[in-house]
Amino acid sequence: MSIFQELANRDQVFDFLAPVQSPVDVRHGPILYMEDVNVSFDGFKAINNLNLTVDDGELRCIIGPNGAGKTTMMDIITGKTRPDTGSVWFGSRHNLLTKNEPDIASLGIGRKFQKPTVFEALTVFENLELAMATDKRILPTLTAIMKPEYRDRIDEVLQTIGLQELRDRLAGILSHGQKQWLEIGMLLMQKPRLLLVDEPVAGMTEQEMERTAELLTSLAGKQSVVVVEHDMGFVRSIARKVTVLHQGSVLAEGTMDQVSNDPEVIKVYLGEEA
Amino acid sequence: MGILRSLTLLLIALASALSLPATAQEDDPGTALLTNLAEAPNSKVEEALNAIVSSGDPRARGWLEAYGNNRLSQVKNTGQVVVVLNNRGRDWKIANPLTGENMGEMSRRELDRVAINNAIRGQLGGILAMLDLNAPDPDVREASAQDMMGKVDALLVEPLEARLELEESAKVRNRIEEALAIYRVGEGDLDAVEVLAGSLHPRARASLNVAVRGDDPALAAKAKQALSTIEQKLKLNRAAETLYFGLSLGSVLVLAAIGLAITFGVMGVINMAHGELIMLGAYTTWGMQQLLPGQPGLALILSIPAGFMVAATAGIIIERSVIQYLKGRPLETLLATFGISLILQQLVRTVISPQNRTVVTPEWMSGSLVINDALSLTLNRMYVLGFALVVFAALMLIMRRTRLGLEVRAVTQNRNMARSMGIRATRVDIMTFALGSGVAGLAGVALSQLTNVGPNLGQNYIIDSFMVVVFGGVGNLWGTLIAGLSLGTINQLLEPWAGAVLAKIIVLVFIILFIQKRPMGLFPQKGRAAEG
Amino acid sequence: MASSQNWLLRPFQERSTQLFLGVLFTALVVVTFLHLFMPQDSALHVSAYTVTLLGKYLCYALLAVAVDLVWGYLGILSLGHGAFFALGGYAMGMYLMRQIGDRGTYGDPVLPDFMVFLNWDSLPWYWQGFDMAWFAFIMVLLAPGLLALVFGFLAFRSRVTGVYLSIITQALTFALMLAFFRNEMGFGGNNGLTDFRDILGFNLRTDATRLGLFIATGIALAIGYVICRAIVASKLGRVSIACRDAEARTRFLGYRVERVQLFVFVVSAMLAGVAGALYVPQVGIINPSEFSPLFSIEIVVWVALGGRATLYGAVIGAILVNYAKTVFTGVMPDAWLFALGGLFVLVTVFLPKGIAGLLQKRHKTKPDDDTPTRQEATA
Repeated sequence: MSIFQELANRDQVFDFLAPVQSPVDVRHGPILYMEDVNVSFDGFKAINNLNLTVDDGELRCIIGPNGAGKTTMMDIITGKTRPDTGSVWFGSRHNLLTKNEPDIASLGIGRKFQKPTVFEALTVFENLELAMATDKRILPTLTAIMKPEYRDRIDEVLQTIGLQELRDRLAGILSHGQKQWLEIGMLLMQKPRLLLVDEPVAGMTEQEMERTAELLTSLAGKQSVVVVEHDMGFVRSIARKVTVLHQGSVLAEGTMDQVSNDPEVIKVYLGEEA
Repeated sequence: MGILRSLTLLLIALASALSLPATAQEDDPGTALLTNLAEAPNSKVEEALNAIVSSGDPRARGWLEAYGNNRLSQVKNTGQVVVVLNNRGRDWKIANPLTGENMGEMSRRELDRVAINNAIRGQLGGILAMLDLNAPDPDVREASAQDMMGKVDALLVEPLEARLELEESAKVRNRIEEALAIYRVGEGDLDAVEVLAGSLHPRARASLNVAVRGDDPALAAKAKQALSTIEQKLKLNRAAETLYFGLSLGSVLVLAAIGLAITFGVMGVINMAHGELIMLGAYTTWGMQQLLPGQPGLALILSIPAGFMVAATAGIIIERSVIQYLKGRPLETLLATFGISLILQQLVRTVISPQNRTVVTPEWMSGSLVINDALSLTLNRMYVLGFALVVFAALMLIMRRTRLGLEVRAVTQNRNMARSMGIRATRVDIMTFALGSGVAGLAGVALSQLTNVGPNLGQNYIIDSFMVVVFGGVGNLWGTLIAGLSLGTINQLLEPWAGAVLAKIIVLVFIILFIQKRPMGLFPQKGRAAEG
Repeated sequence: MASSQNWLLRPFQERSTQLFLGVLFTALVVVTFLHLFMPQDSALHVSAYTVTLLGKYLCYALLAVAVDLVWGYLGILSLGHGAFFALGGYAMGMYLMRQIGDRGTYGDPVLPDFMVFLNWDSLPWYWQGFDMAWFAFIMVLLAPGLLALVFGFLAFRSRVTGVYLSIITQALTFALMLAFFRNEMGFGGNNGLTDFRDILGFNLRTDATRLGLFIATGIALAIGYVICRAIVASKLGRVSIACRDAEARTRFLGYRVERVQLFVFVVSAMLAGVAGALYVPQVGIINPSEFSPLFSIEIVVWVALGGRATLYGAVIGAILVNYAKTVFTGVMPDAWLFALGGLFVLVTVFLPKGIAGLLQKRHKTKPDDDTPTRQEATA
């Protein structure tokens, strides 16, 4: 059905040739707003009355022990998991709970998975090409051609993530760290307003970590970034504001110093780590 | 043949009855009874017969049967009544009806056949049944009372009523009352209608139907009411029967699918040769019966462990030779095992025969359990239903309570973790696959009692089995049980108005649509584990 | 990087497509020449029987290409493609049936023989229009296309993929087989549709018509191949591969995975329908056995043997397996199922990349070819 509708709608061609802008209304402050969100799997409460607000242009780190609900939270924001109750808003206009993954992605929320997920059977260049913010419907995709400005944009990102040399190699042969970078590159191609980054430095060397930190901090301001990370050193190096999740709800929020001095946090999290 | 045999039986009965010190024939009351019958004019024959019946003489049945078969004759000279054993040719073999003693041959000219007219012959069945009503065995009495339904006439009423007085068994009393009521309804008796309102016997309905169409409006109205009561009861019974057939079909589906629920559901291995493992189980039963001719029951019982072992061994061979190399590639596993299923089918065709083989049903499994006139449950299906439940319970126990079950669950949830805890994952794989395959073999043993055993046996069940597992929710044994039983019942419910093929199509389409709605089946596993 | 502006012309710039089309057209020309210009008694003469047999192989090859498009590039193992093939075949069969006119056994000008036999007094509504070739040919595309659209819409929307999808496609074709076996369906029941006379006015029993059908099939295969190649070489083809390898990732990039799957699935079903439509006039019959799950799964093994995600591998596999089947069933029919079963096992265990994989491996040993090609990473 939908394909026929698209065929029928071809007169609206100007609509989708227009550059994709995220019509996100952030005049009232937060770009992401989660209120009283609950999710349970077979009686297990993965998310328990979660309240979280992320401001436009903010770089937020989220930490918490295993099973605190970090990944589930990302699943909810990106439309993969539907919460039992609660509300999730992107800006003040878009109710994310009524949308599916591709819709949410086109609104301007990009996500990097915990396990680096790139298209291993495609080249690095092609991976970035697919991520590019263009019309992603069927027929435009079928007839898409590689315009010079697209090529320039991809080359630019290749430069940023340092994979120019490998541009025509299959993504499958990349090292773990390179895959992480490629995935971040794909996020950049999407030009999202909000980036959700799940454990970006897992398996990276010290140097790679440093470059990632640089990249993420440089993004903040233009885009909002939410980073979930285990590596406390890394979090300390980039974080301005940290949220601690525990058993599906927010335990503490504040600067790294505030949080790490919170007795509750020390008890449930840092205490165990140290 | 039939007549001869009954005559011989009769003679043996007579002989045994008279092995006591021989009484003088003249003193024997039988002589008078028989002579009376032989010499009665047409109008008195019934009376003569009733006299024989009410005499209570154990030989009466034989006499009446001989009479009905035109085998009772009177010797012209002496007036003695004899039984004709063989009435071919000129000289007939005769015997003494009182003692059973052979009397040699006699020319047919010297004999005078005791005449029987058609009206009497028609009643004879009822009269004979009347005789059986006096038998000591209550089952015989019940059967004969049932025989009498719709055959009661004015003459039988009195002896039946007399019998009713004496009768001790409630079942037999009910029957006799019903038989009498059928007669009385015909005579316009309003009270008799009430008696019939509880009966499911087709004769009872027939007589009520006649009454509805009759002239007596009061009777017709009452009969109509009674009929609708009966109709209600019948509906209930028919529902019970459909349910039984549905559960029976469901139990077959459960048996076929439960092994798959282990290999596919728990291990994630797509075994398209599962149907052929079922087939191997069925052929094992056949083979056992060939090895133990004349003892189908013993062979069947021995087939249960044998079928399990054969299929489990085949399963191990398949797992070791093919499936282990395709770990984590489910689509390839599907194709490879499909190839194996083709090979197994063709193997059976080449080695045994492309024709179907018959597996004998032992006596204790044939026949049916009669609940009432409208409902009887075939025993073999009941056994299979019970067997399915036992197999299911055993599997539940193995998965929940044994070390193997624990290890299987550990390996499926996190293979590497389980290995690091000292569980030998490969061994668990083999054991699980053998268990699932062995259960397929058990399904084959059970199926051999219900359907033809042929090379295509398994093919017919593989799609159904997968549907059951997927419908129930992969990895959930309870789901498989409920899915199997409910799909079987749905299928049976649809059959009366859609026909067997269309019912099957409807069920398939239903499942296809259901899977679209709930891809994880009836009882999905939720949460992060389900994503992996 | 293909640089043509038009997505449909892009395949012609690829060497593999040029090679494939070259071989295919050479074969068509050679067979035509040997059939027409070699004397009957010559060893090089190709009989009309052989031409039709080759035509049949080409139909299977087109069907295999259709299956490879969804299995190889989209990762959807359809065990029900025989259903689309059969639907296309039935659409063509209905046209051929109506063309018989009053020349049938019962001489009814409108009703096909089997309907007269069943005492039907009028044509069912769904048989209307099939006396017109253009309508029938549209239905050849539309019938399988619509089934694929409805089925795929439901399945992909609910994210039924992998083994589950395979099993329900198998159930789909099984249900259709049972349905078409029923006389009440109005498709000739067990016997199906047969006794065809002519197509577009040409007598089906003449050698010239047979040769024509063979050539038409060859051209259809070429067109089908180019369409599939064009899709595969487009950005949509790359998105398909993305859906195949990392569905969730593709979704988070903003692609509607279910629509991509649906589009490719419907295209594939239509190609299968065309293959079925060309198959029917050449073999002279269509019956419900084409819906059998065994046939559908056989198609998959052709593709697996040839090598998935190559398209030309599917063609090689289809022709090889079916040639072997012809030989086997002629010499020792009992052994065929053993051979086919063995093939399933051997290909999946020992030759996961198929014959095309072997060819590429040999090709790769050349020193100048240093980047692994896309196909090799898709096992």
